[in-house]
This record gives sequence, structure tokens and C-alpha cells, in this order.
Amino acid sequence: MATSTDTLHVELVAADRLVWSGEAEVVVARTIEGDVGILPNHAPMLSLLAEAVIEISPSEGPVVIATADGGFLSVAENRVSLLSEEVLLAEEINVEQAYVELENAKVRLGEDDDAHLRIRRAEAQIRAVEKYKHA
Amino acid sequence: MAVSLREYRARIKSTESMKKITRAMELIAASRIIKAQQRAQAAAPYARELTRAVSALATYSNVEHALTTEPENPTRAAVLVVTSDRGLAGAYSSSVLREADGLVEKLKAEGKEVDLYVTGRKGEAYFKFRGRPVAQSWTGFSDQPTYEAAKEIGALLIDVFLQGAEAEKAAKPAVDEVHVVFTRFQSMLVQKPTAVRLLPLEVVEGVDAPEEQDILPLYEFEPSAEEVLDGLLPQYVQSRIWFALLQAAASELAARQRAMKAATDNADELINKLTRIANQARQAGITQEISEIVGGVNALADANSAND
Repeated sequence: MATSTDTLHVELVAADRLVWSGEAEVVVARTIEGDVGILPNHAPMLSLLAEAVIEISPSEGPVVIATADGGFLSVAENRVSLLSEEVLLAEEINVEQAYVELENAKVRLGEDDDAHLRIRRAEAQIRAVEKYKHA
Repeated sequence: MAVSLREYRARIKSTESMKKITRAMELIAASRIIKAQQRAQAAAPYARELTRAVSALATYSNVEHALTTEPENPTRAAVLVVTSDRGLAGAYSSSVLREADGLVEKLKAEGKEVDLYVTGRKGEAYFKFRGRPVAQSWTGFSDQPTYEAAKEIGALLIDVFLQGAEAEKAAKPAVDEVHVVFTRFQSMLVQKPTAVRLLPLEVVEGVDAPEEQDILPLYEFEPSAEEVLDGLLPQYVQSRIWFALLQAAASELAARQRAMKAATDNADELINKLTRIANQARQAGITQEISEIVGGVNALADANSAND
């Protein structure tokens, strides 16, 4: 069973690359049920991620902020895996493009099934960048 | 003699320029294959974590899901054949197509109808030439597949599979099984065409039977095991297809590199041979000219001495 350590081993993985991995103290992510904060020795859990911001506070160094595009989260024995088809770190996000995308999606709201998804995606990106600036 | 010498020289020249082309293709394939292998490696963590989660789900919950349920009477199967867009890769495409044909024969012998789904222009052309209908084909990414492509293919295949229970309202006929035929990259020298069944899913891969002393984590599923499974399994299927596409890309490049290396070596050999023949022809020409001159001089000398 979990050796009672006080850090989490986190892996943030996109379909085509390993985005971030390392030891962390807190992971905050949004599942389709709402926000979850994961501290060491969290109970094993498997849940689906929403299109939203992920915050990882590593043991050393600055906070890692990223957006996930769906995917899922699994926690077991102080191992946290965050998987998503697309993961963008805050420093990789193009904010202007996200704002443009947000406007485009808002116009199409109601006529396009994807619009809600696109809005959530763009908003998550903008929020991630803002958080990154303040961090 | 002089004419054939010119011909030989022309052939040497054309072989040389052909050699330059095959050599360039060999080098391009060699450099791309490293990239393809790196991409396959980069995709490994995702596949690993996904497999881990799916097997956790399969082990700790007894939820039945449409994607994992065996249909009672399978009557129709879909086969996804992964081939290349371009030729000049030796037996790459033909061996994967042969494997696919074998699988199709086997499925037909079991009394199932087969729908073909093809990626790559070579496969498309193969079935078109033989007048065999292809349900859907995708082209243009065989040596550098994108995840979007895998996602699109996966979504369509899941779609035709899940229709099985419902009405035949969609464009493509529903299927009870989905198979994939692709080339597995084992090493630079060995690439093996492989056929695997994708759906219904068998999630046992890479999971050892839990040992008794290991206390398995009892997962909480949020919001529920069914919903997590709903979200997870399609991603798992897509990741399997992505894996197949990446393996096929690496295999295609390895096969091309090998074929082009053989072509370059053959061109070298041909140039050597032709150079030798050309030299012989040149020498023969010179010898003939000398004997003609000597003969002419002798004839002149004879004529002069006769006049004197």
C-alpha cells in the first residue's frame, strides 16, 4: 500500500507527448463533477476531466498551469496521472488566438453543436494564461 | 563501334542520375525514421497510462459496456487496413495487403461479411483495381500520421460498431467486429504485418493477474463507473489506432530505406559493369583505327614502291 510520503508523483500526458512529470504537493483540476484538489495520500480515484485549467504545485519551482481538453484523471498510491488528448502549458497558449476563437464561437452559439465546447476550451485557455501571469 | 560507345555512355549517365535519386530517397527515409521512432516513443506514456486506467476499470468494476460486449452472432466485420501513400518501399504495401486478404478470407470462412476501411493510397488503389468496394478510405498522412487522423478513424469505427444494436439509419452498415491490419515495427530490419481485433475490446493487455499479497487500490469512480468507462473506452480505441498508425509509419520508412539502399547498390553495380563494357568498346575502336591507319600506310608504301 501507499508508503506514506508527502509528495505526489504527477504525470501530465498528452496523446503525443509527456507534457510534465515530477513530484508535486498539490494538484487542482476540474472534473466533469467540479473542481478537485488532490493532496498526498488521497484515496484512489478515477474521474473524467472537463475542458479546463489544471494547476500543479510542484515540490520545487513555480506552479505549473496547463489546459486539458477533456481526458481523465487517475489517482492511486500517490501517483496522479492526468491524461488528455491535447494538453497546452500556459506558456504555449496564444492568448490573442484564444480571444478570437472565443468570439467566433460565441457568434455560432445556438447554431453549432460544437460552440459550447469551443467556448469552454477558449475560456480555459484565457484563464490559464491569466493565472500564469499572476503566479 | 563509336555508336555503341555513345550508347553505353548515355546509359551510364542515366544510371548515375537514377542512383542520385535513390540515394537521396534513402537518406530522407533514414532521417524521417528517427523522427517516426521518436514520435512512437513520445506516444508511449499516454498509451501506458490509458491501458493502466482501463485495466483498473475492467478489474475493479463489473460494468458491462457496449464496447466490450461480445455480440452473440457476429455477421459483419470491419477491417481497417493501414498501407502507405507512396510506393518505392519494397514489399511493404503488398505484404500488409496479403495479411489483410488472409484475414478477410478467414472472416468470410466464418460466415461474416467484410467491410473494408483503408488508409493510404496504395491500399485504396489495390482494392479499386480489383473492383472491391471500400467503405471509407483516408489518405495523405501515411508517413507522418496526426492524432487528429487517428481520432477521426477511431470515431467512425466506434460509430459503425455501436450502431450494431440500433437501427440502420447511418450511411455505413453496422458491424459486429472491428479488426486492424498494420505493420508492426520490430526493428530497422524486421517489420511484421499484424492483424489484431480492436472491437469488442479485450482489455487484458500488459496486465498481470493481481498477486495476492498486493492490495489493489479500490478506485472511486466519479461520477460513476459507467460514465468513466463511457469516456475512457473510446479514447482507448483511438489510442490503439494511433499506435497502429505510428508503427505503420515507422515500418514504411524502414522498408523504404531498405528498398532504396538496395536500388542504390544495384545502380553502383550496373555502373561498374557498363563502364567496363564501354572501356572495352573504346579500346576496340582505337585498335581498329590503328590497324586501319597502319593498313593505309602499308598500302601507300606498296603503291609508291611499285611506281618507282
